[in-house]
Amino acid sequence: MKKKRISAAKTKRICVNSFVHVFLAVMCVVWLLPLVWIILHSFRAEPGQFVRTLLPKTYTLENYKRLFTETGIINFPRMFLNTLFVATCTCLLSTFFVLSVSYCTSRLRFKFRKPYMNIAMILNLFPGFMSMIAVYFILKAFGLTEGAMIPFAMILCFSAGAGTGFYIVKGYMDTIPKALDEAAYLDGATRWQTFTKITLPMCKPIIVYQLITSFMGPWLDFVMAKLIAGANAKYFTASIGLWNMMEKEYVYDWFTRFAAGAVLVSIPISILFLYTQKFYQEAMSGSVKG
Amino acid sequence: MRQAQEVKLSSIEKNPYSLRCALAKGGWRAWLSCLIMGLGNVFAGQILKGLLFFMVEAALVTFLFLPQGGFHWLSMLPSLGWLEQGKVFDEAQGVYIYTQGHQSQLILLYGVATVVAIAFVLLIWYYSVTNGYKVLCLKKAGKKVPTFREDMASLLDKNVHITLMSPPLICLCIFTVVPLIYMMCMAFTNYSKIGDHLILFDWVGLDNFKAMLNAGSSIGREFWGVLGWTVIWAFFATFLNFFIGTIVAMIINRRDTRLKGLWRGCLCVTIAVPQFVSLLVMRSMLQPQGIINQMLMEWGWINEALPFFTNTAWARVTVIIINLWVGIPYTIMQVTGILKNIPSEQYEAARIDGANPIQEFMNVTLPYMIFVMTPYIITQFTGNINNFNVIYLLSGGAPQSIENTAGSTDLLVTWLYKLSVDQQKYNLAAVIGILTFIVLSIVSLVTYRSSKSYKEEEGFR
Repeated sequence: MKKKRISAAKTKRICVNSFVHVFLAVMCVVWLLPLVWIILHSFRAEPGQFVRTLLPKTYTLENYKRLFTETGIINFPRMFLNTLFVATCTCLLSTFFVLSVSYCTSRLRFKFRKPYMNIAMILNLFPGFMSMIAVYFILKAFGLTEGAMIPFAMILCFSAGAGTGFYIVKGYMDTIPKALDEAAYLDGATRWQTFTKITLPMCKPIIVYQLITSFMGPWLDFVMAKLIAGANAKYFTASIGLWNMMEKEYVYDWFTRFAAGAVLVSIPISILFLYTQKFYQEAMSGSVKG
Repeated sequence: MRQAQEVKLSSIEKNPYSLRCALAKGGWRAWLSCLIMGLGNVFAGQILKGLLFFMVEAALVTFLFLPQGGFHWLSMLPSLGWLEQGKVFDEAQGVYIYTQGHQSQLILLYGVATVVAIAFVLLIWYYSVTNGYKVLCLKKAGKKVPTFREDMASLLDKNVHITLMSPPLICLCIFTVVPLIYMMCMAFTNYSKIGDHLILFDWVGLDNFKAMLNAGSSIGREFWGVLGWTVIWAFFATFLNFFIGTIVAMIINRRDTRLKGLWRGCLCVTIAVPQFVSLLVMRSMLQPQGIINQMLMEWGWINEALPFFTNTAWARVTVIIINLWVGIPYTIMQVTGILKNIPSEQYEAARIDGANPIQEFMNVTLPYMIFVMTPYIITQFTGNINNFNVIYLLSGGAPQSIENTAGSTDLLVTWLYKLSVDQQKYNLAAVIGILTFIVLSIVSLVTYRSSKSYKEEEGFR
């Protein structure tokens, strides 16, 4: 009798378990389908956006090759380099900004601290698109929307938000014991030395996180960059290029190359992103403890 | 209480160098330094520092009195310009010459910038007067007045926050604060393609707000429609993601589930792909000739293409479902760590009381999750109200009838974008921006203040 009950429970468990695993497998297929689809179609030999079959009929490397050799209409290699330049500068500048703001708000006490943090929070609630046009006018007034200045305009725009986006890094710095700073002051260190020699080395994970997230910004943005670059195709970033390939007049010829470009941009971004998650998790557990 | 008062009093006395003290006790030297910045420092022997202060003042004054300088723009602010671009016939050359008219948009921008610049110099003025008074006092008392070099050194030590905060703050002012003020001003003008007010426009007071909030006018009807959809969207997008994500995370975390890392990895890898890639791909798959419709037709399940983005109800459900694809992995990532932290005694107690898994979920897991996750849910909710990417990349607001300015899946943000970039109705866009801000701050304040984690901070510790 008892044995029977146990075996009934066992079969029930096996049923539930197999159901759960099938369910998870189906979910994973659904989630990965668009990604697998775009990768497969980046190797497709037939042109056009829409095809009648799920899998391409013939495979080729042509799309990747043409993306980098046919630079007449959409100069993808150049856009790739543009983005790389903008992203590198942005990540250095905005990380510097974020680190200084978070150090000041976290470790120092001055009159303007609390009001500043509140103002930053309020500023974050405004939709960013609201002031986009005005930012463009300001850049134009500085003469930054013409020719070679465009990359620098982009760098400034992408970094300017750093003044309000400091909460994660600040949260992390809050968890570093104050006693360390005080010990440094006792040893005669200035606040600047404490910042560079004590606080920064202890923030390594969150600095890496910040560097990578701000590096990814210019690769992901397609609105601000499009507005700043206007019609200056020479200074387009990769995301504008990919966006343009999907425009009505290009999409038939360019869809497979769009797929190839998307794969090429996504792979490094994905790797970087997964890499940051480790640091993000560390940072979050750090800030909760405090 | 008494102690607190004493502390407060002593803190007032602790700052004997406030502006009020300087004006009351400083005498003619301090008064003069109010007019000519840096004079106090010069009197006390800090010549270089005084000169620097003076240079700031000189720079502002030159800027204000230049022919096309600050006062010019400030004086134009109330009218926003009136001179139209003109055509004058030049007799000598026998041609029409175009004369430059006023450009309201530039007047407004430079006017706002001037106001911000003046405010900035006022801050420095305040510092220079109090600092000048302070060094004068030090000199009078026979104490050592810090040299310029010492002052510079303090910028790396006691005043390091000034050094570190200035560059980000200046950037923030130029690229966030000035544009915001400028756009907020715009909400009170008629800067719009309607009535040809793109070059010259005027202040119109609250007219735009009245039109926008009045459900009778055509723009007002659209506004309430879009607002309603935005709230519905944010609600579903947030809570469906949260619940389904939590359940999936719990299923993955079950003791008997194998290959936990694989499932989690497969789902989470989708976060890493840039949204403009994955969503554009989705859009292309869901088109009438897209792969999904093609496959369904091939298998004979449907006869004609499903109207994913051409029928209002279909489009709305589609974007919410696709957003599940985007959002569930995020929830899983956030939730996994928290699930492990739920005190196991609570589950044991529930089991002893004879709770079944569903009761366990409803009475133990969910309250704990909601308690811990409230800040996350709020940021998700506000993030979804502002979720530009998903709507713009996926449906672009479609379906949209020609007479409307907003499509039926347009959120406030995407509508704002369309109004300003595509349709050049900047004043309406600015009004929407301000209203979005109000909605957001109310939502985040109310939900945050009524949440358990705010009322009883120590509840679960």
